[in-house]
Parts: sequence; structure tokens; C-alpha cells
Amino acid sequence: MKNFSNTYIFTFSIIMVVVVALLLSLAAMQLKPFQDKNIEIEKKQNILASIRIKASVTEAVETYAKYITDSYVINNKGEKQEGVDAFTVDLKAELGKPASERMLPVFVGTLDDQTKVYVMPLRGKGLWGPIWGYISLQPDMNTVYGTVFDHQGETPGLGAEITTDWFQKLFFGKTIFKDSTEFVSIKVLKGGAKKDDAHAVDAISGGTITSKSLEAMLDSCLIPYKTYFIQNRQK
Amino acid sequence: MSLFNSKNFKLLANPLNLDNPVTVQILGICSALAVTTKLKPAIVMGLSVIVVTAFSNLVISAMRNSIPPRIRIIVQLVVVASMVILVDQLLRAFVYDVSKQLSVYVGLIITNCIIMGRLEAFAMGNKPWPSFMDGIGNGIGYAVILVVVGLIREIFGSGSILGYTIIPQAFYDAGYINNGMMIMPTMALILVGVIIWIQRSFNKELIEKG
Repeated sequence: MKNFSNTYIFTFSIIMVVVVALLLSLAAMQLKPFQDKNIEIEKKQNILASIRIKASVTEAVETYAKYITDSYVINNKGEKQEGVDAFTVDLKAELGKPASERMLPVFVGTLDDQTKVYVMPLRGKGLWGPIWGYISLQPDMNTVYGTVFDHQGETPGLGAEITTDWFQKLFFGKTIFKDSTEFVSIKVLKGGAKKDDAHAVDAISGGTITSKSLEAMLDSCLIPYKTYFIQNRQK
Repeated sequence: MSLFNSKNFKLLANPLNLDNPVTVQILGICSALAVTTKLKPAIVMGLSVIVVTAFSNLVISAMRNSIPPRIRIIVQLVVVASMVILVDQLLRAFVYDVSKQLSVYVGLIITNCIIMGRLEAFAMGNKPWPSFMDGIGNGIGYAVILVVVGLIREIFGSGSILGYTIIPQAFYDAGYINNGMMIMPTMALILVGVIIWIQRSFNKELIEKG
């Protein structure tokens, strides 16, 4: 085995590190636009899914432009905030702020029959990592029109079932207000919700912690919108 | 010297059966369990590992005479890690949905024992071309097992192949249900065990004396 001097070893490592760093930053910069585009498309697909419209990757941008007719940011008093693009609001950062300073995005969808639906983003902690999604309300700002949930690493077949159609369909038609003024959100009940319970759905067997996290996410993400919901009710 | 003489061909073919990294050397099991619930991520993971083993073998072998032995493991790690980051970035840019499913496992290719094992055992002492062949061979050996396990798990666990349902609705109507066990990592380990069993019953020389 050859003997290398210390100077050689140091020079070798320095050159190697610099070359690798240059190479990787170049690749990262070149590929960034493609990656951002993918993230944007996925977000648009999710928002569309929450108003029960499925869009493939290729048509997501077009379909989004067609159905999502308006979007704005409000604060927890229901006042519109100017100069902020709802689509670029980073929900993770917003959730770290106190409720009164939070920017709350609202996306307005117009369905084929001209009904307006209102989409709110959700984000919370699951069992293994973050869970997130969107929920859409009918014009009465009370009845759920559609939902979409996603997660990073919930257990396949158990907690990960929150992404499936059968689970998300349970939320359709549920209501988040009791007696029109009391905000109750939607509970996810272990052992199953009663048939006539308008504010609860069945939890997932074996996925209790994920189910409970989802319940907490709905509650904590929708509470700041309460004033907005009450002010903007349409009968 | 021909590029595909019998010696080089052996480097490519041996890891497919008699020297398979997964079933004979029992390397890379951890990722084999994690990404084989569906066929598609298994294929992409297999391809990514082929690319990473082949090119890191090539690079390390080309540098082997100038790498100081005292820091060789660090050098190997740097090469493997940058290859993996490149692959990860490319996946995110061009096959986003697959990169989401693979999530952390692409990063874990860095710690995949097959790659470090081949670098240390082969590329450090052989010319670039044979090393490249050895890398491809071992990558394919790994990918083949992943694809077989992924195929079985997807058919029985989800009733589909590559996302297309293949089990007819009539079966479900008759009371057939997808086997939820197949989705769990445990089943991958059992399947790998079964593959090892089948392989050894055909290749008696693999059976340890004892």
C-alpha cells in the first residue's frame, strides 16, 4: 500500500469537497424550477380534490384556473388582508404565530352549477409526522362539501387510510356549527359515530392516534375562521 | 481485451443468482422491506440503486490509486452521498409522485450496505470497467428481488399491478378480500425468506454445511 503524506491527504480532501459542492449546487439550481412546478401542481390537485374534482398532473393547472375563481387571505376577525397571495402562504409558519397575527387563506371554488364553495387549508401533527389537507364548505359556511387529507409517514393500511376515498366521504354533509353559533368542529370517534350525529365521523380501526390527530387538526385550523364563517353565511 | 469477455460477463451475471446481494449476501434487506408494498416504487428504487452502485463503483475505481487509504471510507461516502443526492434531485424534478412514495428511502441508499460493500470489496482493487460491470450486476441482483417481492405484495395486498386492478370484481363479490398482511413489512421479510428457500433448493452449493 502506498504511503501518502499528510499534505497530500489534506489537499486531496479539500479539492474533493470543493468539486462535490460545486457539482451539487449546480444540479440543485438547475432542477429547482422543475421541482417547484411539481409542488405547485400537487397543491392545485389537492385543492381541487377538496371540492370533489379530480385532475391529472397534466391538466391540473388548467382545471384549477377554471374552478378556483377567487382566493384571499383573512385574519381571525374575518377581515381581508391586502397584498398577500393566498396560494403562497406557508401554513406551517403561520401555525407557529399567535392566532391574532395568523394569515388565513381562503380559496373560493365555483362549481359547474355556479354554486360557490370555500376551501380552507389544514395542517397538524400525525402519529409519525405531519398530516395536512383541505376542507371545503358549502355557502352556508357550515356544511362540509368535500375534504382531502394527506400525510408524510402514517402507518400503511392503518393511519394512512386517511387518504382514501371511503374515509374522506364520511365527512360529506357533516356540519361544524351546533345551533348556528357554537363551533363544535367534527369529531372522529373511536368505536364509530352515531348515525344521526351531524358533527362526528367514524375513526379508523387501528389508526386511533392518527384519527385523533386529524380531529385536533380540524379543530385548531378552523377555529380562527369562526368569525369569518359567521359573518359570511349565505342561506 | 474485449469489454464483454467471459470474465466481465461473470461480474454481471453472478450477482443475479449465485452471489445475489439480497438473498445470498443478505445485504440491503432494510430498504427491500420498506419500498416493496407496490411494484412501482420497487422498480424505481431498483433502478436508482443500479445507477448509484454502477457510477460510484466507476468513480471510486478510477480514483483508486490516488485515494489515500487512511481516508478511503470518507472518500467513498462522499462519492456515494453526492450520487444519491443527484438521483434524489432528479426524481423530485421528473417523477415527483414516485419520489414522494420513496421519501426517505432514497436518502437511505447512502447507507445501503450493498454499495459500500462493493466499493470496498471490488472497486478499490479493480479497473474501472470491471468495477462498473460489477456495480450494474449487483444493482440488478438487488432490483430483481425487489421487483419480485413488490409484484407479489401488490397483487395480493392491493389486487393490482402498477396501480391497475387485475383481480376481477366477481372475486370480491364472491367474498375474496385483499390480504392486509401483505402491506405490512413483515410479509416482505417472509417473502424474501421464501425466495432464499427456493433459490437454495435449486442451488445446492449455497447450502451451508453444518
